[in-house]
Amino acid sequence: MIDNPKTGMTLIVKTITRLTVGLILLFGIYIILHGHLSPGGGFAGGVIVALSFVHLMLAFGKDVAISKVSKNLASNLESIGALMFLSIALLGFLGGSFFLNILPKGTPFNLFSAGIIPLCNIAIGIKVGVGLFAIFLTLVIVEKSK
Amino acid sequence: MTLYFLCLMLFCVGLYGVLRKRNLVKIIVGLGIMEYAMNLFFVLLGYRFDGRAPIVARDQNILNMVDPLPQALVLTSIVIGLAVTALIISIAIRIYEKYGTFDITKIKKLKG
Amino acid sequence: MKAIDIIPLFVIIPLAAAFLISLVGRFIKRSSEVIIFISSLALLGLSLYARFLLNSAPGKILVYKIGGWAPPFGICMVMDGLSSFMLVTVNLIAFFVAVYSLSYMNQYTDKPKFFTLFSLMVCGMNGVIITGDLFNLFVFLEIASIASYALVAFGTEAEELEASFKYAIMGSVASAFIFIGIAFLYSFTSTLNMADMARILAYKQNAWVIPFAGVLFLMGFGLKSSLVPFHAWLPDAHPSAPAPISAMLSGVLIKTLGVYSLVRVFFNIIGSTHGYLGILMFLGVVSMLVGVVLALSQWDLKRLLAYHSISQIGYVVLGIGLGTPLGVLGGLFHLFNHSVFKSLLFLNSGSVDYAAGTRDLKETGGLGKLMPVTAKTNLAASMAIAGIPPFNGFFSKTIIIIACLQKGFTGYAICAVIGSILTLSSFMKVQRFVFLGEVKDKLKNIKEAPFAMVFSTVCLAIICVLGGLMLLPSLRFFLDDAVSVVLKGTSYAGVVLEAASK
Repeated sequence: MIDNPKTGMTLIVKTITRLTVGLILLFGIYIILHGHLSPGGGFAGGVIVALSFVHLMLAFGKDVAISKVSKNLASNLESIGALMFLSIALLGFLGGSFFLNILPKGTPFNLFSAGIIPLCNIAIGIKVGVGLFAIFLTLVIVEKSK
Repeated sequence: MTLYFLCLMLFCVGLYGVLRKRNLVKIIVGLGIMEYAMNLFFVLLGYRFDGRAPIVARDQNILNMVDPLPQALVLTSIVIGLAVTALIISIAIRIYEKYGTFDITKIKKLKG
Repeated sequence: MKAIDIIPLFVIIPLAAAFLISLVGRFIKRSSEVIIFISSLALLGLSLYARFLLNSAPGKILVYKIGGWAPPFGICMVMDGLSSFMLVTVNLIAFFVAVYSLSYMNQYTDKPKFFTLFSLMVCGMNGVIITGDLFNLFVFLEIASIASYALVAFGTEAEELEASFKYAIMGSVASAFIFIGIAFLYSFTSTLNMADMARILAYKQNAWVIPFAGVLFLMGFGLKSSLVPFHAWLPDAHPSAPAPISAMLSGVLIKTLGVYSLVRVFFNIIGSTHGYLGILMFLGVVSMLVGVVLALSQWDLKRLLAYHSISQIGYVVLGIGLGTPLGVLGGLFHLFNHSVFKSLLFLNSGSVDYAAGTRDLKETGGLGKLMPVTAKTNLAASMAIAGIPPFNGFFSKTIIIIACLQKGFTGYAICAVIGSILTLSSFMKVQRFVFLGEVKDKLKNIKEAPFAMVFSTVCLAIICVLGGLMLLPSLRFFLDDAVSVVLKGTSYAGVVLEAASK
């Protein structure tokens, strides 16, 4: 399916996509994980993760992208991301208040610091990444009802 | 002050698009322009003269930061705008399927 | 958990329910119905419990600091008399509508998606009501609005998509105005907390920003609550939605996003001046008359009800715009009553649609014999909306008219009476063409609606009959606390900040 020359764009685009799509995904994950240290965070990183899948879809055609992340999987992951964010917020009740940052804060500028904020970023990253991809997928595969 | 007026003009361009255009897609584009004008306006309100980006960095003590709050709020507003735009576009696609046109003067099954 | 910890639950429960339904609803049959029933019942119980908790709170106010951050910097949730009043209204209607849609939504294919959007809408409305932060209000307002745009288009028929498109465009323009208003107020006060904003605005008087932001808010919230110059979307959007959603939109959404936010911003933050109140009253009277006159010529049952929503919102805004204790009492009481009887009317129209398959007044007739319960509940709701004495609508309309006369607005009082008479004639038409008369041949073998639908309509009809009892001295606290919050005006700031500092 991937090597089918009839779907998707030309060989040049496909080769370049093969090389870059992993890097784009990795960059998105980096942005998500470093959200509490540098500009970016869950939303920006999630958008980049979604763009890597959109990139795949543009180059290879929609079937390849759907075989990686189907619509149902995207929808389920989106709900899981939202529930994860909510349960992180609910964890604060253990310390006495909704959204309370109960985890140890650590030292600033370390990757493992800032308590629940990196966890929130991961949850938002999952939600935004698959959510945006699901929106794109829905707009692409609208069937003509004639 | 000029910048604020330019924002207002951009907003009015968007509003003109929403109110006067007959094509559904142009209306959606007008809505997008309006949203971006208001986001730009809000970010500009947080600007301080000679201000720097509001990022705390190691070994640096920045005093003249711009106001970070409008930027955070505008991010939220952009996300909301994204959701609304995606929803309206999908509705517009379905309308095209049903009516076979994007012309708003021909889409009038509802009256009264 | 402390007792005050129930305040964020009003947002947590519907949000968790929404995503749980979208996660498990597709795999486990009927799980979506169980989750929505439990969550809406829990919300109703919690809102009543919070009302009684508020009675014992000092100063009748509860402030919840999210994440432990104190108000001017952190986001807080404020529960005062007005919030509690609105919460009870919203969750009461939401519960009965949820029960109703358990049966009604069998006609549609994707029940879990419907309940997900429904929960998100309830979450947005509860958030708007309890938040104490102006930008947070905007975000929750958008959550509720986006969910309602999608719900209006739920049937994906041509008319529904068209109505939803119109509604979404108008709603987004309204949100843009509200956002710019918030931007102006933020640039002027450098804070987003409502109480802190009110405190700063109080000693920075006579600035040109305040009337400017006021006009922007009036346009934005006016569009959301469909006051007359901004009403064009409502008669299309509300009838196109599925009947339970029409009941939610007309019953509580326009009041929460429109009237409640308007009251909160104008009375508690900006401070009500003579000019704003005059504009509000004028818009109220115009909506009242235009809505009812346009309703007279309608033959589609739901479209007729939608025009009456415009008219009745006019009564609410007129009452609140008077600014006197009696006027505000009448306005808020009418808000509650209208939520009850308008959602009941929309649910009845849904029952008629479910049984007879049409809602055109010319094609129905004689349903009174075939659907006796629906006919009786519809009679109760029609008498309530027209203001016939034992029903709740009579008391609130009378209070508004007396308050108008007390303040010397005789013309407005006469307009209110005329509006009421026209409403009565319009609902006599509904009763005549739907429930009385001869049964048409093709409608001979229709049956009464299923139990869940009948249960919620009967409960709402009972509330319609007994609603007037809320004026009894022992039950007056429910209304009086809400009225006192509105009348206290900008001293809201001091009360909230003091409660938050504890």
